[in-house]
Amino acid sequence: MSEVTLVEAVNLALARAMEDDADVVVLGEDVGINGGVFRATVGLQTRFGAERVLDTPLAELLISGLCVGMAVQGLKPVGEIQFMGFLYPCIDQLVNHASRIRNRTQGRLTCPMVLRTPHGAGIRAPEHHSESTEAMLAHIPGLRVVIPSSPERAYGLLLAAIRDPDPVVFLEPTRLYRAAKGEVEDNGEALPLDVAFVLREGRDVTLISWGAMLKETTAAADALAAEGIAAEVIDLATLKPYDEVTVLGSIAKTGRCVIVHEATRTGGFGAEIAALIAERGLTSLLAPVARVTGYDTVIPMARLEQHMMPSVGRIVTAARKACQFS
Amino acid sequence: MADGGLPVIARFEVRHRNYLAPDGSINRPLPAFASDASLLASLYRAMVLLRNFDRKAVALQRTGRLGTYAVSLGQEAVSVGIASAMRDEDVLLPSYRDNGALIWRGVKPEEILLFWGGDERGNHFSGPVQDFPFCVPVGSQAPHAAGVAYAFKLRKEPRVAVCMFGDGATSKGDVYEAMNFAGVHKLPVVFVATNNQWAISVPLRLQTASETLAQKAIAAGFIGEQVDGSDVVAVRAAAEEAICAARDGQGPRFIEALTYRLGDHTTSDDASRYRPEAEVQARWKEEPIARLRAFLAGQKMWSKADEEQLSAECHERVEAAVERYLATEPRRPETMFDHLYADLPEAYVAQRRQLAGEGDV
Ligand SMILES: Cc1ncc(C[n+]2csc(CCOP(=O)(O)OP(=O)(O)O)c2C)c(N)n1
Repeated sequence: MSEVTLVEAVNLALARAMEDDADVVVLGEDVGINGGVFRATVGLQTRFGAERVLDTPLAELLISGLCVGMAVQGLKPVGEIQFMGFLYPCIDQLVNHASRIRNRTQGRLTCPMVLRTPHGAGIRAPEHHSESTEAMLAHIPGLRVVIPSSPERAYGLLLAAIRDPDPVVFLEPTRLYRAAKGEVEDNGEALPLDVAFVLREGRDVTLISWGAMLKETTAAADALAAEGIAAEVIDLATLKPYDEVTVLGSIAKTGRCVIVHEATRTGGFGAEIAALIAERGLTSLLAPVARVTGYDTVIPMARLEQHMMPSVGRIVTAARKACQFS
Repeated sequence: MADGGLPVIARFEVRHRNYLAPDGSINRPLPAFASDASLLASLYRAMVLLRNFDRKAVALQRTGRLGTYAVSLGQEAVSVGIASAMRDEDVLLPSYRDNGALIWRGVKPEEILLFWGGDERGNHFSGPVQDFPFCVPVGSQAPHAAGVAYAFKLRKEPRVAVCMFGDGATSKGDVYEAMNFAGVHKLPVVFVATNNQWAISVPLRLQTASETLAQKAIAAGFIGEQVDGSDVVAVRAAAEEAICAARDGQGPRFIEALTYRLGDHTTSDDASRYRPEAEVQARWKEEPIARLRAFLAGQKMWSKADEEQLSAECHERVEAAVERYLATEPRRPETMFDHLYADLPEAYVAQRRQLAGEGDV
């Protein structure tokens, strides 16, 4: 086993999937010789050829639409969108085609595609590069939305996404691409989709997050531990469909919940989890469910973006308040 | 009758325009404005300023004082040539690489630095108030340009929208949809594709199979022409003609400016990964600044002393801009809400207060 970064884990999974299955095709802008703007596809074109690692014209709607056509034909396309801000032209294809072709044809046609894109703020990128609009995608029936938060889960979940018979949007936390390092065994083993990972057990309060925000969430759990508060930390990992059992089980145990996401607050995915707990976990609750989120404003450019993102301090404060509630 | 006896019902042609050869000699009679020595000198000055500005911006980025930045190295003639043919009341819709056009239109270099330094106040610039800010999502400004031009037409204003984008952008539906609409309504808009041969690592031949980008205008029903984008005289002449025609009610035009990106795509890119150095070296022989200087010097319109003075001026201007940029105090965090809505909805007042450090949410 060796230490790799999250983006290297993505690369390993792509290479493994292409090696194992000749139907896997990688496509996108600059994915060939350049290896993608974040180098997620580096070396793949040399290894698998320009027909399976395809530099497309600059056209995101095309990339997503090609994926639909290829997937329905039985290929396993893995499209790359350079930044989440450029994913929006794909929404038409995702909503109207990819996510419902199985349903519309009653299973006659299926769409086993993966669309990968970097997700989230915190890398001081130009405007439109730092989006975290996962809730918008999670609203689409028939789609899977997956966000890894470590190299191990990036590797295992991406393999699972590629092998999955339905369309998956795979959101890669940009801020962790190089910052997150971990041991990854390139053994071709997938991790389960639709399952949350309990990163740390605790009795007092449940902290739920996904993607890059798990960094701050875990740090907050450390700080809380120092105060004698045992936080349970859950990495939701798949947002659509998400693991309600693990969430409700944890609330039943702790009675308190803080949901952390970088995306803006209103209509964010945290609201969905809070509603679930209100519907099916209310009697366990010892304190109101709290959300620590990005603000309801446009993600600012580099100079202010760190103020938009939940800080360890904000998470600790919210958790402490939940624990003191009576 | 063509093969098989089927009649040919339409034929199209695409013209290419060039005046100055790479060595600064003249290929054909120059357009009228070229007899104005002071105008030519101002085009030259603007290109040199842009190159100096670029060099400084890269240095700032490398030392952590600026964010990602897109240089114009080798493409200076396009930005400057196009903007110089516009009137103040026209509207520019630039892509992220068109710094030269913005500066020509009065945007201060420090404002451009502020933008690339990650501060939205750089978009609240001193250029014409109705000019658009840099467009980051490739090609998505083209429909805006059609909308702007539609408004001009509706209000019968003799104004023109000028929309700039790269070769990669021409692959996007946005661009074609905008051109198609502009053609249908004969809108006063000029589309300018800066064909620098590369969209990050993707070369033109993987972007399109069409021989020219200019011919993309044909499908939309208007004239597309190709110009030598390293010849500022040709760029300006084409722009002047297209803008006048548009102002005159003759509808849209498309200009493909053939040029070459001599640098990396942005400061986050390393072009040596995908592009042979020999290709770049060869293209240096065609670059626009040396070309115009050779012409001006040949005509005795530019001297060594002029060059030295310009160098000093550019240096001073850029350094002063950098100083003002670095001295700009950061915005307070809560100001991220200040221009979100005309009036901040009550629902977000608490969030704003939290950012100001007054209570938590
Ligand atoms: C819609 C969209 N997709 C992807 C990107 C990322 N990106 C930024 S610049 C660029 C290449 C653009 O090439 P071109 O249009 O030729 O303009 P140039 O940069 O060469 O001036 C890409 C793919 C983007 N900004 N917008």
